[in-house]
Amino acid sequence: MNQEPIIEIKGLQKQFGSFTAVKDVSFTVRKGDVFGFLGPNGAGKSTTMRCMLSLIKPNAGQIHIFGKNLFEFRNEILTQVGSIVEKPDFYKYLSARKNLEIFARISGTAVSTKTISETLDFVGLSGRDRDKVGGFSHGMRQRLGIAQTLLHQPELIILDEPTTGLDPQGIIEVRDLILRLKNEQNKTVILSSHQLAEIEHVANRMVIINKGKTIIEGSVSELMNAQETLLSIELQERSQDAFQFLQKQFSALKVEVISPKTLEMNVERNMIPAVNAALVNAGFAVVALEPKRTLEDFFIQMTQS
Amino acid sequence: MLWKNTYNEFVKILAKPRSYIGLAALTLLILIILFAMKADGRMYISFVTASFEQTLSFNGNILNGNLIAFIVLQMLIVHIPLLVALVTGDLLSGEAAMGTLRMLLTKPISRSQVVYSKLIAAAVYTLILVIWMGFLALIVGRWAFGTGDLIVLNSDGLVILNYADILWRYGLAFLVAYLALMTIATLSIAFSAFADNSIGPIVSTMAVIILFTIIGSLDVSVFDYIKPWLFTTHMASWRSFFNDPVPWKAIWESVWILLAHNVVFVSLAIFQFKRKDITS
Repeated sequence: MNQEPIIEIKGLQKQFGSFTAVKDVSFTVRKGDVFGFLGPNGAGKSTTMRCMLSLIKPNAGQIHIFGKNLFEFRNEILTQVGSIVEKPDFYKYLSARKNLEIFARISGTAVSTKTISETLDFVGLSGRDRDKVGGFSHGMRQRLGIAQTLLHQPELIILDEPTTGLDPQGIIEVRDLILRLKNEQNKTVILSSHQLAEIEHVANRMVIINKGKTIIEGSVSELMNAQETLLSIELQERSQDAFQFLQKQFSALKVEVISPKTLEMNVERNMIPAVNAALVNAGFAVVALEPKRTLEDFFIQMTQS
Repeated sequence: MLWKNTYNEFVKILAKPRSYIGLAALTLLILIILFAMKADGRMYISFVTASFEQTLSFNGNILNGNLIAFIVLQMLIVHIPLLVALVTGDLLSGEAAMGTLRMLLTKPISRSQVVYSKLIAAAVYTLILVIWMGFLALIVGRWAFGTGDLIVLNSDGLVILNYADILWRYGLAFLVAYLALMTIATLSIAFSAFADNSIGPIVSTMAVIILFTIIGSLDVSVFDYIKPWLFTTHMASWRSFFNDPVPWKAIWESVWILLAHNVVFVSLAIFQFKRKDITS
């Protein structure tokens, strides 16, 4: 992985009147990262994202993108950035193609009709390009929003809560699109979310903010594996026997019987394969192992540690 | 980038049904006036000229296209500001309400360029309204009623202008009327920079026009100092071109005051828009 920093934010602060939305946010996004920007609702994610796109002027702190000060080189920087803030909104009285043409015209890069067609195809909207956006579902608008971010082939893509309001199928489609952007086009993507699972699925690095402050930043796998998770173990039968077995094998860990077929235990994420192997080798029929951890649990662990 | 976004503004204005309301309403109103004048214009004219018939004899085609155009201008100049504000008041705040403003401002275009491109689009739209009004009033009016000398009743009495001495007056009158309407456009754009909804700037613009017009018409000495500086006082300056001789000094004063208002309103719009946090 290239270590060249694409975004560097230091000591960001933003106040709206007497309300402080962002107190002290700092993080670094490197080239090629799919970077998760995680925090509960009201943590200051959207305000930070808007600052990163110069929609909001911070009261203090520094934002450098591609090594340049955002507020000095705004237009130059935004030429290489594609973004969706909150939800993508379009001119409802215009077709999908006309909307893309409007945004392409002011993207700072020459975008051909062919590129617009290819981008619509990439997000699966090629058959609906002449339809007015007013008739589009939320999922279709989200995909059109992603198309809008890609038109001018930006280096950096900023997506603020890109799966909000989508049905499960829509969420999977957006996730796939993000992974394709990384794998097929080698883009740097930063996406915000209040759902840990969403970030876990696609991001390689992440920062967590809470109450306007950075809590932790690092590699997703390291951060997740280092933390305890509540593991739900579903067996075909004999949960009581499995309970005794696990207590004996992993005496340091807390195990609990939930039902005749279900156990729960607190375990570090990187130990889950060992737990599974031990149960299978001992002859227990494991139906499912499901790590159950909410963002709130994760925060508590993070702040405690 | 300014011209590219200006082109975008035209695409948006052309696609919005709201943009055609003004043109359609204007066409309908002028056609109604033309129809009414065709049907009962003689009586209307005789009502106006009755008081002068003791001393003057009116010959020829008094109810002609030139008079129709004057009547149309006089009647509609009060209503056209609403049609202008309906489109221009929505230019910035409508984008905020739709959520497209944050999409627009994440592109490499400066905020002043966004305001300027909208201003250019508003200026062209207003110009189209004025040209359309001129075409319907003067060209269609002349076609339907023929041409002739223009008789205008003003505060000094009756002014009779030779038909060969009229067209330049209309040309300049429409130009000053356009400047007055641009003042409305820039005022509504300035309000639009402060708002995040479409209706607020339109209502605010109309409220200011009504308030200033009332202040201008009140015969109270305390307002005498501010009356000459209100843009509404100069909205009807176009009428001065139909005086004989033309009061050029007063017209130039009006032009400068309207221009100054335009500059102030545009500056206010840019100042506010540049410092505005986009939270919509």
